[in-house]
Amino acid sequence: MSRKLDIADYPLAQTQPGEVKGARGLSLDDITLDAVIAGKVEMDDLRITADALNAQAEIAEAAGRAALAGNFRRGAELSRVPQTVIMQTYELLRPGRAKDRQTLLDAAERLRRDHGAERMAAFVEEAAEVYERRGLFTFRY
Amino acid sequence: MNRHDDLGTNRWRRFDDWDERPLRLDNFARDDPANGFSAMKGAKDPKPSVAVEGGRITAMDGTPQADFDMIDLFIARYHLDPEMVGEAMAMPSAEVARMLVDMNVPRERLVKLAHGMTPAKLAEVVAHLNAMEIAFAYAKMRARATPGNQAHVTNAKDDPLQLAADAAVAVAFGFDEIETTMRVSRNSWSNALACCIGSSVGRAGTLFQCSSEEAEELQIGMAGFTSYAETVSVYGTEKSFIDGDDTPWSKAFLAAAYASRGIKMRCTSGAAAELLMGFHEAKSLLYLEARCLCMQRAMGVQGTQNGGIDGAPLASAIPGGVRELMAENLIAVWLDLECASGNDARSSESEIRIGAKILPFLIAGSDLICSGFGSILKYDNSFNPSSFNGEELEDYLVLQRDFEADGGLTPRSEDELLAIRKQAVDAIAAVFEELDLGSPDADMKGSVVVASGSDDTRSYLPGDVSKISAAISGRAITVLDVIRALHKRGFVEEAENLLFLVKLRLSGDYLQTSAVIRDGKVISAINDPNRYDGPGSGYRLSEARRAEICAIRGELDQREVLRAEATFEKAESGRIAYRNMGPAQRGSDAHEIVVGLSPAFGTQLFRTLAGHSLADVLRALGDGIVEEGGSVRFVRFLHTADTSFLGLSAAGLAGSGVGIGLQAKGTAVIHHRDRLPHNNLELFSNAPITTLDHYRGFGRNAVRYAKGLDVEPVVVPTRGEALGARFHARVALIYAIETGLTRDGAAPEDVAVEFIRGKGRAGA
Repeated sequence: MSRKLDIADYPLAQTQPGEVKGARGLSLDDITLDAVIAGKVEMDDLRITADALNAQAEIAEAAGRAALAGNFRRGAELSRVPQTVIMQTYELLRPGRAKDRQTLLDAAERLRRDHGAERMAAFVEEAAEVYERRGLFTFRY
Repeated sequence: MNRHDDLGTNRWRRFDDWDERPLRLDNFARDDPANGFSAMKGAKDPKPSVAVEGGRITAMDGTPQADFDMIDLFIARYHLDPEMVGEAMAMPSAEVARMLVDMNVPRERLVKLAHGMTPAKLAEVVAHLNAMEIAFAYAKMRARATPGNQAHVTNAKDDPLQLAADAAVAVAFGFDEIETTMRVSRNSWSNALACCIGSSVGRAGTLFQCSSEEAEELQIGMAGFTSYAETVSVYGTEKSFIDGDDTPWSKAFLAAAYASRGIKMRCTSGAAAELLMGFHEAKSLLYLEARCLCMQRAMGVQGTQNGGIDGAPLASAIPGGVRELMAENLIAVWLDLECASGNDARSSESEIRIGAKILPFLIAGSDLICSGFGSILKYDNSFNPSSFNGEELEDYLVLQRDFEADGGLTPRSEDELLAIRKQAVDAIAAVFEELDLGSPDADMKGSVVVASGSDDTRSYLPGDVSKISAAISGRAITVLDVIRALHKRGFVEEAENLLFLVKLRLSGDYLQTSAVIRDGKVISAINDPNRYDGPGSGYRLSEARRAEICAIRGELDQREVLRAEATFEKAESGRIAYRNMGPAQRGSDAHEIVVGLSPAFGTQLFRTLAGHSLADVLRALGDGIVEEGGSVRFVRFLHTADTSFLGLSAAGLAGSGVGIGLQAKGTAVIHHRDRLPHNNLELFSNAPITTLDHYRGFGRNAVRYAKGLDVEPVVVPTRGEALGARFHARVALIYAIETGLTRDGAAPEDVAVEFIRGKGRAGA
C-alpha cells in the first residue's frame, strides 16, 4: 500500500481483500472456514497489522479526522507490542501506580527501545511530566 | 373505607390520585448551582476564552496554562486546533447556534469550527438552542446516515444458555451491537462465549462487547469473543477522573491498545457522573460534559457513549436535565464522534417521561439510539433496567411505525423467534459438549427456549457458570475453538458468521467513525456519511424498510374482520333465525316499539364489539320491552347504517312513536319520531362495554318514554378506557361492511326473529 489512500479506498476489505493480511501473512482470502477446520489458522492470523492501521490512519486523515488518525498510528505501534507489555504499561499509567516520574520514563524507554514505538513512548513521557506536575505519583492503595 | 365517607380531610383528593402515579416515585432536585445541581448554568462555569502564543494554547476558558489541570492540558494539546481557534472563538455563540440549525450550512464547516472551540464555548453555543432545535441539529450533525441501535443481553443467573438465546433474539430484531455484563464478575468469560455464539445465529456482523474490568475486557477481546468495547469512561473533573482510576493518558493508551488489536472502541461519559462521584467543582452538567467530549476527541477515539449514562436518572431529576442530555449528545456529534446516545439507564418510573425522552432520538436518528436497549426483561438486566426493556420492546416497534422513523429494529414473528432461540440453545449446548464445558440436558434447554426471563428457566446458576468461565479462561479457549466446535456439530452457518466477525478486525474498516455491519458490509461515516441539507436529504426510509417497520404483530384488515365473523356465524345460526316478512308499515299499537336493525346485522356481522351474540342482544332488548308492558317489532333498514337515522326511522314506523336503532357492533339509540336526528332520547355509544343488562334496561326505558313515565336513563359506566384506541380500527372496518350494503331509497322490511333456544318467537 504505497500510494496515499483516500476515502474511495474504503472499506479496504472490499477494495483490496488481497492486500489485507493478518500478522502471519495470511490474507482475507486465505482465512476460510476450511482453513480454520484444517487447523491452518491461529489467533495471530486474526491480528490486525501495523500496515492496516496506518492505512486506516490515511483514510481517517483524508476524511478530516486527524485525531482519530493519531490514535490509529499509536495503535499501529502497539500492534507489535506483546499483550503483557501493553497491560503493564497501561497499569503504570493509572493514577498512583507508578511511584515516581522515572518509572514512567523507563516504561517509555522500553516501548521505544524494544518495540520501536516512538509515538507511544513520547506519549508516556508526556504523561510522566503531567503526573509530576499534578501530583499523581501518590499512594492510592 | 369508601373515599366518599371521609369528607373531613382538608386535601383535594386529586393529590391522593397523583400520589399513586409511578411518576411520584421519581426524585426531583432543585437548582442548586453551588452544589453542582445545575443543568447548564454552573456557579463556577467559566466564560469561553482562549489565548494562543506561538501555535500553543497558553490559556483556556479563563485558566492560564500554569494552572491547567490534567484535563485542561490534554484538551489544549490534543483537541484544540490552533489554526481554527482564532476564527471559531471570535464568532458570537448565538450565530454559531443558528448555523447548527441552518440546513444551508454544511456539517463539515461546523465540525471544523468545533475543532477550534473550548469546552465552555461549545457549551455556550448549544445552550442557545431549545429542545426542538437541539433535536434538529442532532439530526443534521450526526456522523453516519443510517440509524442503528444497541441491546443489552444479560440475565440474573448469568445463564449461558439464556444468554445465547437472548443474543440471537437481539440479532433477529436488528440490533447492530449487543452488550453483556455479569452478576458475578468472574463469569465474564462464560458470558462472552455465550453471547458470541448466540450472536452468530441468523445473521453475521452484529458487534458484541462484554463489559468488565478494563484489563480483562481487553483479554476477552484478544481471545476473539468480542468485537468492540465502550466502557472506557472519562470524567470532567480531575478528581473524579482519578477516583475512576484513570487519567486522560491512561485512557488514551487503552484506546490505542484496542486499535492495535483491531477492536472497535468508544469512550463513555455522561452528565452527572461527577456529581454522583462528589467532585463537581460547582460546574454545570453541560460544561463538565463538554470537557469530557473534547477529551474524547482529543484521545482519537472514534466515538462516545454519551447522554447521561449511569447519571441519567440524576440529570433527569434536575430542572432542564433532559434537555441537557440532548445538548451533550449534540456536542458529541458536532465534535464528529460516533454517538451511542444514552436512552439507556431508566431515568424515570413514568412511562410518559420515558416515551417523551426517546422521541427526539427516534425521529432524528442516531448511530446507536440506545446505548443499551434492554432486550431482556427488567429484572434480568445486569446493568439495571433500561429506558426500554424486553417488556416494552413492542411499544418501541410501534413508535417506529407511528412516526415512520427507523429506530434500527424490525418486528419478528413468534415462529421465527422461537426457531431462533432453539437454534441458539442447541448451538451453545453443542459447543459446551465439544469443548467439555458441560452437557445441558433437554429440560434445561427446553426451559430456556420458551423462557421470557430467568425466573422461567431450569438451567445453570451463577455458581455453575463460574466453573465454566474459569475453564474457558484457564484453558485459553479462543473463538477459533468455538468455530471448529460449531462446524463439527453441523452449525456451519454459525461457524461462518463467527469467522466473518473476527475477520473484520484484519482490515480495521470497522475502526472508523460510526461503523456497524449491515448486509455483510461495513458502513460508517466514511461510506455512509450523513449529509442533511433540507427536506428530501439525509436518511430517508426506503419503501422496503418502511414495509418492514410497519409489519407489527396484530394488524387488522377487512379480510381479517370478515374471517373472524365467519367463525362466529355458525354458532349464531344455532341461536337465531331471521325471516324477511316484506315491506314494513307504520304500526298502530300505542305501546309498540320498533327495533331498527342495520344492513349487515345478522347477515355478515354476528356479534357486538363487547362480544355479545346479536341474538342475545335482541333477546335482552325484547325482554326489557315486554317487561315494561310494550310490544316489539324488528325492522331491517337498508337505506342507512347510521345509528341516529336507524333510530329515527324505527320511531317513524313504531305505533308508539318510539324506536330503537341498533347497529351490529352494538351501538344503540332510543329515538322519538318528533325529534331531530341527532337529538335522541338515549344513546349507547360505548358498545364495547355495554352489557346485556344495559340493553334490557334500554328496552324498558323505550316503553317508559312511550308511556310518558319518568325515566332514569341507562348509563354505561366507563373507567376511562381508551376505547377508540382499542376498537376504532375494527369499528371502521366493520362500519364499512355495513355502509357497503346500503342502497339509496331502499324500503324497510319487517323481520320475524326466531330464538332457537329459549322462549320461541318474538316480533311480527
